[in-house]
Amino acid sequence: MATYQEFIQQNEDRDGVRFSWNVWPSSRLEATRMVVPLGCLFTPLKERADLPPIQYDPVLCTRPTCRAILNPFCQIDYRAKMWACNFCYQRNPFPPQYTAISEQHQPAEIIPQFSTLEYTITRATCHPPIYLIVLDTCMEEEDLQAVKESLQMSLSLLPPNALIGLITFGKMVQVHELGSEGVSKSYVFRGTKDLTAKQIQEMLGIGRGQAPQQQRGPQAPQQQFQLPSNRFLQPVHKCDMSLTDLLGELQRDPWPVAQGKRPLRSAGAALSIAVGLLECTFPNTGARIMTFLGGPCTQGPGMVVGDELKHPIRSHHDIEKDNCKYMKKGMKHYEALGHRAANNGHVLDIYSCALDQTGLHEMKFCPKYTGGHMVMGDSFNTSLFKQTFQRVFSKDQKGEFKMAFGATLEVKTSRELKVSGAIGPCVSLGVKGQSVSDTEIGLGGTCQWKMCGLYPNTSLGIFFEVVNQHNAPIPQGGRGYLQFITQYQHSSGQRRVRVTTVARNWADASSNIQHIAAGFDQEAGAVLMSRIAVYRAETDDGPDVLRWLDRMLIRLCQKFGEYHKDDPNSFRFSENFSLYPQFMFHLRRSQFLQVFNNSPDETSYYRHMLNIEDLTQSLIMIQPILYAYSFTGPPEPVLLDTNSLQPDRILLMDTFFHIVIYHGETIDQWKKAGYADLPEYENFKQLLQAPVDDAQEILQTRFPMPRYIVTEHDGSQSRFLLSKVNPSQTHNNMYGFGQIVTSGGPEDAGAAVLTDDVSLQVFMEHLKKLAVSSSS
Amino acid sequence: MSGQYPGNFGPGQGGPGYGAPPGPPMPGGQPPNMYNNGPAGPGQYGAPPQPGKPGMGPPPPNFGGAPPMSNQVQNGFQGQGDMMRHAGPPRPTGPMGASRPPGPPGPPGPPGPPGPGMMGNPGMQQPPGPPTSQFQKMSMSGQPGSQPMGPGPGNFPGSQPGQMPPSSNAGWQPHSAGLGPPPTSMAHRPPGPPTPGMMQPPHSATPPQGAGGHPPGPPMGGMGHPPSSMGAPPRMGGPPQGGMAPPHSSTGMPMMGGAGAPPPMPGGQPPTSMGGGYGQNFNNAPPQPGFPPSNMGQPSNMGSVPGVQTFQPGMGGPPSGPGPMPQGQSSQYGGFPPPSGPGMMQPPAPGGQYPVNQPGGFGSQPGFNMQPQQPRAPGPASQPQQPRRLDPEQMPSPIQVIEDDRRNRSGPFQTNQRGILPPLVTTQFTTQDQGYANPRFLRSTMYNVPCTSDMLKASHIPFALSMTPFARLGPQEPPPPIVDLGELGPVRCKRCKAYMNPYMQFIDGGRRFQCVFCSASTDVPNEYFAHLDHTGRRTDLYQRAELCLGTYEFVATQDYCKNNVLPKEPAFIFMIDVSYNSIKSGLVNLICERLKDDILVNLPKESGVDESEIRVGFVTYHKELHFYNVKSTLAQPQMMVVSDVEDMFVPLVDGFLVTLAESEAVIDSLMGQIPQLFADCKETETVLGPVIQAGLDALKSSERCGRLYVFHTSLPTAEAPGKLKNRDDRKLLGTEKEKSILMPQTPFYEKLGQDCVAAGCSVDLFLFPNSYCDVASMADVVRLTSGNLYKYSYFQADLDGERFIEDLRRNVERPVAFDAILRVRTSTGIRPVDFYGNFYMSNTTDVELAAMDSEQSIAVEVKHDDKLSESEGAYVQIAVLYTSCSGQRRLRVINQGFNCCTQMADLFRSCELDTLVNFFAKQAIRHTLNHNPKYLREHIMNEVSQILACYRKNCANPSSAGQLILPECMKLLPLYSNCIIKSDGIMGGSEISTDDRSYLMHLINSMDVHTTNVFFYPRLLPFHTADFESSEMPSAIRCSMERLQDNGIYLLENGVSMFLWIGLQVDQELIQQLFGVASAAQVDIDKVKLTTLDNPASRKLREMVDEIRADRARYLKLTIVRQRDKLEPWFNHFLVEDKGMNGSSSYVDFLCHIHKEIRNILS
Repeated sequence: MATYQEFIQQNEDRDGVRFSWNVWPSSRLEATRMVVPLGCLFTPLKERADLPPIQYDPVLCTRPTCRAILNPFCQIDYRAKMWACNFCYQRNPFPPQYTAISEQHQPAEIIPQFSTLEYTITRATCHPPIYLIVLDTCMEEEDLQAVKESLQMSLSLLPPNALIGLITFGKMVQVHELGSEGVSKSYVFRGTKDLTAKQIQEMLGIGRGQAPQQQRGPQAPQQQFQLPSNRFLQPVHKCDMSLTDLLGELQRDPWPVAQGKRPLRSAGAALSIAVGLLECTFPNTGARIMTFLGGPCTQGPGMVVGDELKHPIRSHHDIEKDNCKYMKKGMKHYEALGHRAANNGHVLDIYSCALDQTGLHEMKFCPKYTGGHMVMGDSFNTSLFKQTFQRVFSKDQKGEFKMAFGATLEVKTSRELKVSGAIGPCVSLGVKGQSVSDTEIGLGGTCQWKMCGLYPNTSLGIFFEVVNQHNAPIPQGGRGYLQFITQYQHSSGQRRVRVTTVARNWADASSNIQHIAAGFDQEAGAVLMSRIAVYRAETDDGPDVLRWLDRMLIRLCQKFGEYHKDDPNSFRFSENFSLYPQFMFHLRRSQFLQVFNNSPDETSYYRHMLNIEDLTQSLIMIQPILYAYSFTGPPEPVLLDTNSLQPDRILLMDTFFHIVIYHGETIDQWKKAGYADLPEYENFKQLLQAPVDDAQEILQTRFPMPRYIVTEHDGSQSRFLLSKVNPSQTHNNMYGFGQIVTSGGPEDAGAAVLTDDVSLQVFMEHLKKLAVSSSS
Repeated sequence: MSGQYPGNFGPGQGGPGYGAPPGPPMPGGQPPNMYNNGPAGPGQYGAPPQPGKPGMGPPPPNFGGAPPMSNQVQNGFQGQGDMMRHAGPPRPTGPMGASRPPGPPGPPGPPGPPGPGMMGNPGMQQPPGPPTSQFQKMSMSGQPGSQPMGPGPGNFPGSQPGQMPPSSNAGWQPHSAGLGPPPTSMAHRPPGPPTPGMMQPPHSATPPQGAGGHPPGPPMGGMGHPPSSMGAPPRMGGPPQGGMAPPHSSTGMPMMGGAGAPPPMPGGQPPTSMGGGYGQNFNNAPPQPGFPPSNMGQPSNMGSVPGVQTFQPGMGGPPSGPGPMPQGQSSQYGGFPPPSGPGMMQPPAPGGQYPVNQPGGFGSQPGFNMQPQQPRAPGPASQPQQPRRLDPEQMPSPIQVIEDDRRNRSGPFQTNQRGILPPLVTTQFTTQDQGYANPRFLRSTMYNVPCTSDMLKASHIPFALSMTPFARLGPQEPPPPIVDLGELGPVRCKRCKAYMNPYMQFIDGGRRFQCVFCSASTDVPNEYFAHLDHTGRRTDLYQRAELCLGTYEFVATQDYCKNNVLPKEPAFIFMIDVSYNSIKSGLVNLICERLKDDILVNLPKESGVDESEIRVGFVTYHKELHFYNVKSTLAQPQMMVVSDVEDMFVPLVDGFLVTLAESEAVIDSLMGQIPQLFADCKETETVLGPVIQAGLDALKSSERCGRLYVFHTSLPTAEAPGKLKNRDDRKLLGTEKEKSILMPQTPFYEKLGQDCVAAGCSVDLFLFPNSYCDVASMADVVRLTSGNLYKYSYFQADLDGERFIEDLRRNVERPVAFDAILRVRTSTGIRPVDFYGNFYMSNTTDVELAAMDSEQSIAVEVKHDDKLSESEGAYVQIAVLYTSCSGQRRLRVINQGFNCCTQMADLFRSCELDTLVNFFAKQAIRHTLNHNPKYLREHIMNEVSQILACYRKNCANPSSAGQLILPECMKLLPLYSNCIIKSDGIMGGSEISTDDRSYLMHLINSMDVHTTNVFFYPRLLPFHTADFESSEMPSAIRCSMERLQDNGIYLLENGVSMFLWIGLQVDQELIQQLFGVASAAQVDIDKVKLTTLDNPASRKLREMVDEIRADRARYLKLTIVRQRDKLEPWFNHFLVEDKGMNGSSSYVDFLCHIHKEIRNILS
């Protein structure tokens, strides 16, 4: 067996699963002492080019309470044509079509390497995806122009049979009828009023007498449900011309904005109408509501700030002081909308581009519950937005959109395990089952979750509780199983089921703690802990969360560190724990938990992304990556530390949200002196270019596109870098020169960062002290 | 009915005139008789009850024959009570007749010119001339009493006869002829000759009427008596002389009645003549006869006031007759009134006498009433001539009055004197503004205002003004000049804020001016200073409109604007119902086809400007609303649907309201698109409240004032604010419960209307219903916003399209003022108390008008809160602050001055009946919603009776109580008030639909005097008598079935609808020429357009129709009615002198009834 590293990597590649613990403590009591909970980061739609196309339905365990799917871990009785469920031990006959089964002739689902398998349910109808654009018209002319162009561009990216709709809003909300000739027609709603889906249906005059249609089940012929909404949601191929014109003619919201006022912007009402429109026409059908927001909602339901400019939009400070009169109401509105959309299987995206806040803090529930995108930028007229938006419609090798709709994830567990909850872009379906734990972490109390929007990178943190009692030991070599069943609507309209079954060994923590410790995945652990922390931070007080994180870290050190009591210097961590404290250090400092210098919108945005991304990206967010480029050698990753800021280096930092290229002082001078343009300094030019190329590579693939910043020593934008690095040198640094353990000679002292934050070194000192302290 | 009599009587009284004449001539004996009779007559009436009075017996003697009659009559009356007709006895009215005869004598008066003239020459005279005829007609009964009557007449006649006859004979016709003219000024002018001629006609007319009137009710007969009052005159005769003088003076005032009467008596004859005068006055003509001259003189005396003079004439006549009279007459009122008054008075007074006299009188009167019956009797009796009833010809005729006024007062009318009675609305005149308001803008019920509240109350005449500040002007009349004082703004009194006007007194060398209203003195702003000349007038008097004109405008400064911001250009928003019905009827297509080219190009603009500044916007709707963005930069219009009708709003601001010039192309495109967009619309439910809310919101959000044109088809039943239920139950109309369907069913539209007014948003509602659509509820918003309401039932574009488009075109193009506030300021001592019309008032002084055009008229009642002074007169200033069609804020100021009087006679001489009718009608509309129909009817009759009784009591004492004596200017009051009562809009019963009723009520509420005049008494034109080659209209005839001839073709119009009545016996050639078919039976009566044929007859008919339509604010729908066809009853409905199908009284009956009422009051 390979190293745990390899094992973990292999498992991730195959199943999209990273467990915090890869060997499971076999008793409940022991499990609770592991500090970092047993959980995994699961990426349901992890891109797998090698999955065989399976065009039949999965075989289910016949026990009604189980219904697990046949998997490679099942025991097969080829002669009897029976299989035993590895979750409930029920023996099940194979269905008739499996009669030819034999050891030599195995169906894919029982071949070990296909612990993850995807079934395509062919009998389900193919609904074309639906895209409903909700566009703010209260923005600067050039911004509006940019969005319009982006949207027009997107029309060409959409499959021709996809349905598309357009809602614009400003003071009023307009639902545009597409494809009308002679007169462009739209239905207008007051932006100050929240309407129920039924009212919207009546006012739009749709679905009259067709109410029961959604009850007709999957057989409902397409034309049936297309009829009523035809006017507002049209196939792209039928209306792309008129929609292009319509978008072209769109004007900025014409309502006058008085001096000292914000434009009246009815985002809340518009979203409500969009949700209502889809709710009454296409419930349980894949649909995206794409909201383009140029500022905060200033009236009606979901308003986040009044229209008086003299009242600034709420800050964290205001929230702390409970001094924001619209926030709670607004959040309630958007949360309800998020739930509604989620219930109907619709995705809500928010593309927010404005220099000031736009109310993402209140609106975050919409994308969060529905798996929608949240994009934050300064202007629609930036490549950040344009490329990001374009990337929404990116396709995989098969030419299919990298998005899925209306997914449900069900988790089945062995008897010794139960599900505590999930944290991620999902909502609970509230399905109680045998495998549901009483303890809740994140969205608990259910073994099924709904993710309306799902992407290859979407990852859920799923947490488990070991329920096996200490006095009921599991035989040596016993394994625990988990099965993740993800049903979703593929962007092609197909209904698919992806099944991932994983198994891990049980170990008795009292006797084999080292086995368990060896199976610790510090990266997964860190990310899972950060998800919990962020989840808590959303509801709890910031300081509480930090204290909790600290406590957990200390306990982990106590549990798994090697040390002599009360001797900090004796403290040692095994390799697979060694980075964990550092992750925690950066997590504590990160924008996820520190709101200082961030607006509530930014905080919400960052947290949202952390809540979605897979492990690698999450780690980057928690602890940014820093590369150094210099004449001294090839590019190398360097410590995220002030010491890395050397004058003769170019640094490239990737924080996930930002890509920062930092030219050291000397480099900057050379550059300004124009050496790069001189032929004899071609190498300098190349050096300058190298990080740019690398940055481009990242920029090309990441979604949403990061903010790209090129700065230099003492440049104003260098703050993005300085705020991330470990402040080992500060204005009041007791550590001074040379004490640092890192590379570099005495001359590369790095740059001091003016902060009162403690450095990693101090943090570690304290940690060790506390960990070894016998009193704690 | 009695009323009618009165009229007749009046004339009859003219009889008085008689009396007078007789008086004069026969002062001695006859008069007495006359008196007796007369008095008796009246007395009897009143008396009927008084029978006891028979004591009167004595008088009877005079009556001689009559008495018996009278007795009978009385009995009859009494018995009959109301049944005038029973009057069978009335016939006795014969006496009446007699009295009338006197009338005739009156004419004869000519002989004793004065006398006759005096005599109600008219009445009297008429009688005379008519005597025969009249009597016959009248005679009604009288004759019956005939014999008695005859005698009576004889008597009178006797006395008068001599005189009368002549006059009558000659006089009659002449009179009539002359009458016209004489009537008014007649008296004066005609003095001599004309009058006579004039007189006669009228007389004749009157008498007949009188007769007619009589006929109706036996009581009428009583009325008739009035004529008998003739008898009265006799009395007059008696008392006259002495009394005469007194009466005049005294009578006027107090009830003098008794006293007065006597006095007149002296003038006795005069009185008669007086009576005659009245009658004449009515007729006008009558007086003139003999009197004219004398009258003239007197009148002139009287007269300073023309109007008065008119009366005076009559009066004068009498006076003149009696030497002394003059004086009395001088009091003129006294003169006239006394006569009549006296006559009247006396009758009553002499309760005892009544019996006797009355009997006789009554008898006679009854006779009148009886006429019908009596006719027989009469017929047999005295006049075979006069068949039965009171001859309608003898009752005061509006046709005659109109003709006379037209003849005398057409042409220039200078407003250079305070308190001049203006020409009638039916007269074509050109106002020359010389300091007082053009009567087109402002009319008053009286031009000589009583100094005290008590006097006004006693007269029962409401002091009301009818204002039409933006009335259409005559062709030669220049629009009011616009005065721009720049930054200074209008100069105003510092205390009462009245605007500078010609009556302000500059004092202190011109440095200050004293307010004519409140007497406060205000410093003249430096910029406005001008020196005074030696007469104390400013040297720049004639350079400044506000110092020399009755009507002018100021440019307002910012202070006069909402929020102190100058207004933007107004906007018109066209809101088109596109529900199924609307599409199907072709309405939507029609509007879209015609709106731009026929309507919008006519948007109002300031004179001298090429393009209208008015913004236009378009909305379509059924259950939801569609707004259109027609911004000029768009390639195609954008439609924005708002279906949130619960909470209406306007979805766009930019591009919704545009100027036609800029967005013409887009509008064209829109108009082409709308019919297509909704061609398949199956929506049958509509909303209305949200539509108006939307328009309001649109105007508000663009900060403009303006007008909504809502084209709506059905009851708004869709779920939305302002939703209405079908609650129609036309059976309730005319009952006490009618309020329940005439009141709005929800306060929603009232509230909405108030909101609209506040924003300067006027709503014009065009209804195209196929069924009940609850106009009562919807009209509220139109009423409060001073909008116009149009209704096209069962609209079909091909049939009614032209009418609708024409209405719309006229509506859109006429000058209009937006967002107006009207305020009435008056001299200290009086104040406006009650406003009637379509507008909103949030306080008690400011009338808020969202818009005001030439169709909008407001009536205001003025009351005393202190005394006025005769020397200073009373002034009124109407100021309307408004936004013009180009968005300029302006003030229109209209000034009027009135004389003040302490004599009833002065008051009665200067009343304007048309305005009074207008006011009564509006008052009635208001009562409709607060009281029941019965109350309403009785209220009107009571007011009329009180007015006439007051006159009788104060100004016509000498005549017999049996006489019905009517003031010259109000001799048509009974007729018109009956018309009001009969009007569909006011008393409409289940024969019309609830919606029509509400619709008419709405119309009436804002009608101006010109319109009410023809609305209540339709114009009936005998087409077949027209000269096809000339452009003249044929003379109108009275609205009675009896006037229609089987071989005639008639046009009838009342300003709301128009009928073409075709007799079955019409000359086939004419039919051929007009309709291109062989006979009347083949005429296609479903056609709405006249066939265009190239011949003089066809041309003439179309010319006439066009001319009539051009004269009215609305395009009249022409309905062709063939004699004895199914539509005829409907047509007959408009023959207002006849009995109505809902049991309403004929003119004759009504006159009789009024007369009875008067007698009741007087006794």
